[in-house]
Formats: sequence, structure tokens, C-alpha cells
Amino acid sequence: MLRYAYYPGCSMDSTGATYKKSIEFVAEKIGLDLREIKDWNCCGATAAHTKDEMMALALPARNLALAESEDLGLDIAIPCAACYSRMKYSLHAVRTDEEKKEQIQEIIEMPYEGKNDVLSFLDIFSTEEAMEACRSKMVRTLSGLKVACYYGCLLSRPHEVTGGEDTENPMDMDRIVALTGAEPVDWSFKTECCGASHQVDVPKEARPLLDRILRNAQANGAQAIVTACPLCNMNLDMRQAEINEKMEKKYNLPVYQFTELLAVAMGAGAKEIGLHKHFFPAFELMKKYAKRAGENG
Amino acid sequence: MSRTGVIICHCGTNIASMVDVEKVAEEIGKIPGVVYSVTNKYTCSEPGQQMIKDAIEEHSLDRIVIGACTPRMHETTFRKMLKGTKINPYMLEIANLREQCAWVHTDKEKATEKAISLVRMSVAKVGSNKPLFTSFIPIHKKALVIGGGIAGIQAALDIADAGHEVTLVEREPSIGGKMVMLDKTFPTLDCSACISTPKMVDVSAHPNITLKTSCEVEAVTGYVGNFEVTIRQKARYVNHDICTGCGLCETKCPSKISDEFNQGIGERKAIYKLFPQAVPAKPVIDAQNCRKLNGSAKCGVCQIVCPLQCIDFEDKDQLITETYGAIVVATGYELIDWTKLYGEYGSGRYADVISGLQFERLVNASGPTEGHILRPSDQKEPKDVVIVKCVGSRDEKKGKSYCSRACCMYGAKHAHQILEKIPGSNVYIFYMDVRTPGKGYEEFYNRTREDGATYIRGRVAKIYKEGDKLICTGEDTLIGKPVTVKADMVILETAMVPARGVEEIVSKLGISMDGDHWVQEAHPKLRPVETQTAGIFLAGTCQGPKDIPDTVAQASAAAVKVCGVFSKEQMETSPMISRVNEEKCCGCEFCVKCCPYSAIAMKEIDGREGNRKIKRMVATVNSGLCQGCGACTAACRTGAIDLLGYTNDQILKEVDALCL
Amino acid sequence: MSVEKNWEPKIIAFTCNWCTYTGADLAGLNRMKYPENVHLVRVPCSSRVNPQFILRAFQKGCDGVMVCGCHPGDCHYATGNYFTRRRFMLMKRLLEYNGIDPQRFQARWISGSEAAKFRDTMTQVTAQIRELGPNSKFQEKWYQEGGPENE
Repeated sequence: MLRYAYYPGCSMDSTGATYKKSIEFVAEKIGLDLREIKDWNCCGATAAHTKDEMMALALPARNLALAESEDLGLDIAIPCAACYSRMKYSLHAVRTDEEKKEQIQEIIEMPYEGKNDVLSFLDIFSTEEAMEACRSKMVRTLSGLKVACYYGCLLSRPHEVTGGEDTENPMDMDRIVALTGAEPVDWSFKTECCGASHQVDVPKEARPLLDRILRNAQANGAQAIVTACPLCNMNLDMRQAEINEKMEKKYNLPVYQFTELLAVAMGAGAKEIGLHKHFFPAFELMKKYAKRAGENG
Repeated sequence: MSRTGVIICHCGTNIASMVDVEKVAEEIGKIPGVVYSVTNKYTCSEPGQQMIKDAIEEHSLDRIVIGACTPRMHETTFRKMLKGTKINPYMLEIANLREQCAWVHTDKEKATEKAISLVRMSVAKVGSNKPLFTSFIPIHKKALVIGGGIAGIQAALDIADAGHEVTLVEREPSIGGKMVMLDKTFPTLDCSACISTPKMVDVSAHPNITLKTSCEVEAVTGYVGNFEVTIRQKARYVNHDICTGCGLCETKCPSKISDEFNQGIGERKAIYKLFPQAVPAKPVIDAQNCRKLNGSAKCGVCQIVCPLQCIDFEDKDQLITETYGAIVVATGYELIDWTKLYGEYGSGRYADVISGLQFERLVNASGPTEGHILRPSDQKEPKDVVIVKCVGSRDEKKGKSYCSRACCMYGAKHAHQILEKIPGSNVYIFYMDVRTPGKGYEEFYNRTREDGATYIRGRVAKIYKEGDKLICTGEDTLIGKPVTVKADMVILETAMVPARGVEEIVSKLGISMDGDHWVQEAHPKLRPVETQTAGIFLAGTCQGPKDIPDTVAQASAAAVKVCGVFSKEQMETSPMISRVNEEKCCGCEFCVKCCPYSAIAMKEIDGREGNRKIKRMVATVNSGLCQGCGACTAACRTGAIDLLGYTNDQILKEVDALCL
Repeated sequence: MSVEKNWEPKIIAFTCNWCTYTGADLAGLNRMKYPENVHLVRVPCSSRVNPQFILRAFQKGCDGVMVCGCHPGDCHYATGNYFTRRRFMLMKRLLEYNGIDPQRFQARWISGSEAAKFRDTMTQVTAQIRELGPNSKFQEKWYQEGGPENE
């Protein structure tokens, strides 16, 4: 059964608004039951772990403990890669280090045993059950659309903590996206750093990091980039025009969340999932490729 | 009552100047059971020895104590002397009055007192000595060499040339190993096949060598001089007794399979010779890929075309058991599977990122491209080539912590070959250090740099494809800046790891491996070709990464060790080994676990429990394997196992005597 | 307890034939000087030393007992001294438990080439034992005077 405890994180009502809409649309279609954790708090991502290790472990742990206390035995679904990473660190600490486990419990003033797993949305959608559910709901095909699946650095690294698949060439998103008929290209920057955290303070140094990702995607024939995280998405989407301007490039790579492709293929209207809300125009490309299933050309 | 004779040696003045030897003899003479106690100027001399022999007769002595120099000096001398008397050579103890008394002390009175103590200890010990008898084990003068690479070939030839029979076992259909895959050998750039194939032919033609290809060692029992070895002859489906190696079958076979000899570049047939100069020069059928044998089609073309009806689809594996006196392990190495470890290099997704051994096949005149360096993806000649060293070596996190020793040199060789064969080409070598310990190696490396190879100190962080170029990014640690090289082909000089299956062979032989699964030598410095098991020797890379000269040297050394074993008709074994008192043994097996030589086994004997007859397990010592260390004796809970010559009783008597 | 006049410590050292016994011979060859109190018992390997030997030595009047062998990893019999090391640790704790000063029972790894180390070790250990005075524990006299009840 596709039922999970759900930790939306702070971006789902801001930068990740389109992500949220597409998730809701797809969840509705395939019967994905997401139960939002009550009274959840900030995961501490991007700041806490640079200041204090225990704070960085305790913040996410409180959310996980809340999910555990509801005693539904549900694994926790997390849409944002940064939240996912922080939660995984806490889970890893609780499962491997008795001393830290005790400290964490003391700080959050709650019992927490690390019983349930922390899953990214890629983990959830790449299960056989979810894949099959998606397959049966497809009404359109994105056949002919070549996309580069960008996983970012946090979904697979560090391997000891995430226990995930290949850190260099993960394939989960590629397999999910292929369900829509779109063609994931074989490229080499799936998990390379996009410099997100430096785009604010030293944008000049950080731009080349984005540039190499866009370049390699385009060089390998991609027409769009697909992500699985509000942060990755925003970074590639929002700053593409800036790269084109400041670095004199001509990238034209709309950036979608993988759930947006699924939603479109399941018949979502552009406004319904916010396709028109992207920074880098994303509607036209989708309009060009999305065809009713069975329709040729 | 025992009749002990004691001789205190002056050793000229060596002992006598610091120890009052006369007093020692007098004091010892008072001990009950000592019936003869004298001094002698030079006991080890001819007259000194004669005096002892006479005393034995005259005083009916049944055991001897000599207070003299260290037993490590003359114990064997005096034992040899006793052989000619009625006393057993092991009824002798020597008190160390020179090295451990006279020479190290300055107070004559105290030294004399200590000397008395030391001799008294020996007298006490000798009282419990029992006659011991050496036994002899026959030596089967036939050697088994496991592995037919250059190490196994060299060892087999050397042993055979010394006049002994040798069986060379190789699991592949041909001998030759890795060396015949190579194109040229550093630093002389000799053609590898030209210097190794004649040796292969010598092996097949040598009257003393039995060559067993497509064979694996199945089981080994026994000990030095008498190893019972079962060898599995795998089904070849071709009768090699009749086959002339005409090759017609091979040309007609319709199945094409990736060619392992060419490292996956190119194809071979299902009935095949490993390579053109294979020895034996006769084909075998690869049952997995043969359409008839795997049942995917009727086929049988080879059987139809064979002019001599050699093809036998009914062929089965056969087991052969033979006795060997000594074994040489030469199982070699293989390259680490980098595709499973290095995602950043593409995990094998890029056809033009190849291993050093693949490059050897590419550049080899008898390889799939006939020696033209053409990159696998599009058969184009690469202009810019990156060589990455230490892939898997010196990388604790992803690969192995050790250095594979040969890669710096063959990396330089590869660079040299590319620069020589492709005019206008550029070679970039990413390295951590350049290690050139060997004759002419540093000179060769310098020559490669003069040839124009660019050495960049740093590791390649990522290899990715853009268009038809492979982009290699890394850091030049000498200038502290990132570097990017656009290459047409990348060669990874990957780590050597022990050949697959080494774990099984090691456990069959009862020898050990180190943490990286290299076979463990008996001593890293002084016994590098021996194992802890007498009669089993090591040759080549099974013991650790090494280049060809070192491999050949070790192979010849192993051969000499084998010939040493074979130099006698039978081997005398020391009688000072462990012995089990079956009455006392409770079958706990503690001794089995602590024996470094696997010399202790369990056996079933008839026992009694009250009136009932039962079967029970007791320990038993293999006298061929036991080296007499005594580790088992201290582990024995019931005191059932004891070390002859150093029994519990003897040592306790020594302790008691000191404390009188 | 009053120390007897002219008391000299009695020390027994169980030494393996291949390393420490050879080292002791080398010390002799080099005419190195050390106290007469040390008496060597030659055993093939330090792992041959049965705990019983050690107890017996104390019982019969030794003031110090040593077990000496090859350096760990260099054992002539490959792994013997690893057993020695583990058994030594156990034995030491047993003796400590019984009130024997840990300095009275020592293990040292001395190779065949370490003559100077042999000399220094023996000199140092003798001095230590001398400092401690005679051992009476486990000995007949000790039992006659009440043994463990005495403490």
C-alpha cells in the first residue's frame, strides 16, 4: 500500500509550490496516501550542521520521533533533497551510535528508536507498486522529449548515510521519467554539485558549477532538465537566464520536477500544476511534446 | 636409579677463568644419581669426546650432562658422538656455562654459584629424559606446480631440468598466464610473446613435465614428501590424443563470444584456442556457449568437419589422484574490477576508458587490431590519451591500500608505445608518485618523459563524455589548480589483486593468506618463498604484486627449495614433537585450534564408560607436520598432550632444581 | 617481614630457543655484563610455557618470573607468541588477583639480535625485584604461617 508519513518541509509552500501541486495531482491519481506529520518543525538544513552537530541531528530527529509516536509504522516520505539528507543523518546516528541516540532523545525530550525508514520521493516512486500504479494512469505520452535527470548531491551522498544506489550514475529517476515516454539521456553530471549554497554569497564563483551541468546536459542532447528537489529545481530554473546573460551562453533548458512530467502524462492541465509559474519558460516545450497516448507524431 | 655422568668444560680459560669448575664438579657430584662428575679442558675436542665415551663404558652411565658453551653450538656435535655409544643421543642435556654465565658475569664466586645452579637444573632435567628416535618419511620426488603463468612455467622448467618429474596444472586451456597477453615488457621493450612462448613450448616438450591444462586442484591431503593431490580434468570435448590442432572446427563454429584473452575486445568461437600460440595448440569447447552443449541448437558442426573425429560431446570431468613430494603455488593475479568501484570514471559505460591489460591487447600485433592503437568505440586512432595510475591501488577508501608495484613502469611503457606508434599524439599521465625501483627503470621513466609524455601529479576526479571526447578533470597538486584534459581514450592502470579462487586453493592446501588475500609467506624477509607448511612453496604474484623479473626470480627460488626437498631419499623428522596420551585426552580440540601447522587432527578410538564400550574422539599428532613448538601443550586442559624433549615433567624438574 | 641478610633475588626466565635464548648467547659473545640472578630455561617457543611452570616457580621460591620470546609477528612458529601474549595477560591478572606484584611476572619480546636489550632488560628486572624484596606468596613457609588468612 502506498501510505507514508509525510514531511513536506518549508519549501513546499514557497519555492516548491509547483512541486507540491504536481505531487498532490499525482498522489490523487495513483492513490498515494501521504499523512502529514503533525506539528513538524524545520529540518535545520543548510545552516544547523555548520553550527552544531547535535542541533543538526536533533532538529530532524524531532520530526522523525513525532512520526514514530503516531505509531502507524509508516516510513517517512520527504520531497526535498536537503530535508531528506538531514533526516537520513539523524536516522543513521540513532541507528549506529548509542551515545548519540541517548543525547538526541534527551534534547528532543521524546523517545526515538529509528524504527521507520526515511524515503525520498524517488525511493517511493521507483518501487514496483508505484511504477505500476503510474503506468496504469498514463493518458498522455511525452515521447520524443529528451531530458537530463539531475539528482543533485544530497540524494545519494554520502553513501554510508543514504545507503542509496550508485553515487555517480543513479538511475531511479531515469526509470520513473521513462514511464511518461520522455527519453532520459545518458549524461555525466547527475550528481555533481550545483553550487546552490554559494549562489547567494559568491555567485561569480558558483556560476561555473551550474554552467558545467547545463553544458553537459545540452551536449548530450537534453532539451530539458528534470529534478527531484525544490532547491535543485530553483537553482537551475531561476539562475539559467542569469548564466546566459553573465556568461554569454544560450542555454534553453526548462527545468521540471519529475512529478510534473508524471502529472502532465496523467492529464494535468498546465495551470493545475503551475507549469506557467516557472522562471525559465517551461510551458511551450511541454505543449510541443505532450500528446494523447496512442496518438502518433 | 639413573646413572648420570657430568662433564664440566673449562673451555680453555673461557669458562674456567670466571667459574671455579672444579668446585662445580665437586658440588654436582654430591647429587644423588650423579655417579661421575669431572672437568675437562676442551670437551668438544676429539680427546674430550673420547673421554665421555670411555666414561660411559667404565661407569655404566645412562645419561650425560655437559656444562659448556651454549647448546646451540655443540648440541648436535655431542648427539652425534652419542650415536656411537650405548646411550641414546637424546639422553643429553647441556648447561650453558659460557655465554650465559662465565662471559656475562664478573664476580667469580657468584658466577660459580650460578653455574652450579645451571648444571643442577640440567641434571634434574636429564633425569626425566627418555630415549627418542628419529623417524624417516619417504620423499616422492615429483613436484606439483599450480598455475601455468610465467612463474609456474619457470618453476616447472627449473625443477624438471634438475631431473625431477613435474606436473604443471593450469585451469585455462593454455599455459602462458598474463605475460603472453602483454605486448612488450619494460624496460627493455622485449616482445613479451617472443620471450615467453618458447618457454611454453619447452614445457610441453620437456620429458619430465606433465602438462595438465583445463585442470584444477580438487583436494590435497598429506604432508611434505607425501601430498595426495586430486586433480579435476575438466571436460574439453576434444580428444587431445588425436587432435592435430588443424583449426578447421574453429573456423566453422557459428557461436561468437566475447574474447576473454583479448580482455573483451574482439570475439572468439565456442570451440577455440585461447590464443594462436596456445600450448597445447589444440582447441577445447566452451560448454556454456556451445549451441549443442547448452542445448540452444542442434549444431554439431565441429563434429562434422573434424577430419579425425576428435569431437566428443559426451566428454566428462575426470578426477585423477597422484602423490607429490612438494607443491609450488603460482596462481598469479588479476586486475581489480574497477567498473564496480569507480563510478566517477564511468563504471565501464564509456567504451574508450580501458584497463592497462586491454591496452596491451590493443597494441599487440596478434591482438584484435593487429597492433594498431584504435579506440574500441569507433576504431579511430586516438590523438590525446590520458593514463591514470593507481586506480584501485593506494586507495584505502575504494580499492586496496597497497602499491601494485608494476603500474608506474607499464604506465610509462604505454605512454612510450602511444607516442611511438601515433605521430603527433599527446599522452597525459596522472600519477600520485612515480616509483621506479628496478634495474634500468628510472632511466626508462626519464626516457618516456623525454619522448614527450606529460606527467601531472594528481588524481583524476571525474571522467565524462562530451561529444566524442572524454573529459578528465582532476587537480594538479604541484601547482594547486584544477586541470581538465580532453582525451580520445583513457587507460586506467588498475591494481593487481589475487587471482579469483585463491581462497579455495589456500584452504585446500592448508596455508594462509594476508588481509588482501595474497598468499602468506613463512617470513616476509627471510623465508619469502616458503609457506608455514613444509613442502609448499610460493612463486610469483600469488604472494604479492610484482613485476616479471621478480616473479621469475621467485619461481627459480621456489624450484631450488623443491630440489632441496628432493635431494634426499627420505627425510629425517625431529623426534622432539608433541605426543598425545589418549587415556587423558578429553577431545576438547583446544590443541587443534592453536596448532600453526594444522598438525593435530581428531580421531575416533574405542573407549569405555563404566562397563559400556563407547567411541570417543581424541587428538592425534601428524609427525610429518608437527614442528615441535609446544603451543598445544600449554592449551591442554588435561595435560594429555606433551612435547617430547621438553616435557612438562622435565621443565618442572628444572624449575624445582633452580629453587633448591 | 625482615629481609634475610645476603638475600639475592632468584629470577627464572623462560626463553624461546629462536629469539631470546639466542639474544642471550649474543650478549655473552659480546661480553655484556648483567646480574647473576637471572637463570634461563630454554623452551622451543614461548607458547610452550605452561601456566603451571610459573606457579611452580613462585611456589618453590622464585622472586621473579619472566617469559621471553620473539617479537609478535616474528615468531619462528608463525603464531606461537600471539598465544603467549594472550595467556600472559590472563596469567598476570590471575597473579595480581592473588596479591603477587605485577612486576614479579613480566613478558618481554627480545630478538636474537637484541643482545643489548637482553642485558638491559635483565638488569632492570633484577633491580625491580630486588626493590620488591623476597616473594613468600604460595611458598611452604607462607602457608605454615597461615597463608591467605594472614592478609
